[in-house]
Amino acid sequence: MSHALILASPGSNSAELATFWLLAIVAVGAAIGMILTRRAVHCAVMLAVVMLILAAMYAMQGAPFLAFVQVIVYTGAVLMLFLFVMMIVGISAADSIIETIRGQRLWAGLAGIALLVLLALVVGHAAIGPAAASGPRNSSGNVEGLAQLIFTTYVFPFEVTSALLITAAVGAMVLAHRERTVPKPTQRLLSRQRVAGGHPAPLPGPGTYAQHNAVDMPALLPDGSPSRLSVSGVLANRAIEAERSGGRAAIAAEVLEPGEPADADMPDEPTGDPARDQTETSLEER
Amino acid sequence: MISPAHYVALAVILFVIGGVGVLIRRNALVMFMCVELMLNAVNLAFIAFARLHGGLDGQVIAFFVMVVAAAEVVVGLAILTSIFRARKSASVDDANLLKN
Repeated sequence: MSHALILASPGSNSAELATFWLLAIVAVGAAIGMILTRRAVHCAVMLAVVMLILAAMYAMQGAPFLAFVQVIVYTGAVLMLFLFVMMIVGISAADSIIETIRGQRLWAGLAGIALLVLLALVVGHAAIGPAAASGPRNSSGNVEGLAQLIFTTYVFPFEVTSALLITAAVGAMVLAHRERTVPKPTQRLLSRQRVAGGHPAPLPGPGTYAQHNAVDMPALLPDGSPSRLSVSGVLANRAIEAERSGGRAAIAAEVLEPGEPADADMPDEPTGDPARDQTETSLEER
Repeated sequence: MISPAHYVALAVILFVIGGVGVLIRRNALVMFMCVELMLNAVNLAFIAFARLHGGLDGQVIAFFVMVVAAAEVVVGLAILTSIFRARKSASVDDANLLKN
């Protein structure tokens, strides 16, 4: 059964045609959606759709090994890597609408159409006949045939590939390595900084005396004003981001001054500024 | 009756979409994804041609393309994270230290 599914004989019948059209339409739609959605995470999801569909198409064309490699390597490893990097790069991963180069999208679209026309002419002029009947190599099984080719005809590129992978791994380690330019802070230094920072006690927890105790709700001070110290700067940034899309953290964003994103590296100074306190309370009342 | 030409046409369309994506997006991460889409489209064409000829050489080439693409993604994303660390931005417009 799986044999029939995976190794569909070439030119089998209209079933493959129907599958092809269904998958092709979804794939093209997902690809177009990928270049049009503004959020990087949505792009990754669309790309996953395209890659899974391509894996199915590899399987339909008698390449079951590559279909599995596609699923494992691309949707498994490469897209996971993309998502991990997205976690590092974080919230600002949405594109801005403003064009930095004037007319860039227009010209990009024109270039795309020109490329499409060019490639369509090339493919249209090529005489692509019907698929050949399964060759003698395919008769001994796809994986065996690939292994035989890789370890005989293509053995030198295969070995060079190992050098490439080693180089890429070492290069990634070198690039991602951060050299320590200052000595590692000792416990003594940290405690001194803490005392000198004017806040020897732990920072206030979020949501104390507030309506919720969620982490994105700032704690209320005795006079009713929200405490900026109680919400981490990362969350404040995220709340500002969510406010644009109308998320539930909008209240925190309002309280934490939308115009001024808190720096994640430095804890915010306590709000000793009466003017700022006043604006915060007025924002909250509104 | 389906022929490899169908798959090649789909590969052309996906390749063009990926190319347009590289041109219009300013986020380096999304540009990488578009490059991946282009590589995948080329793989589809390779496998269609392998089927057209009845051999397996096209599949071997597609396999090598996958390996090279994986290496490229690793290095590219490492570059991206180091740029992000330095500039606090993933947009290619902000990496303009060599300009002027």
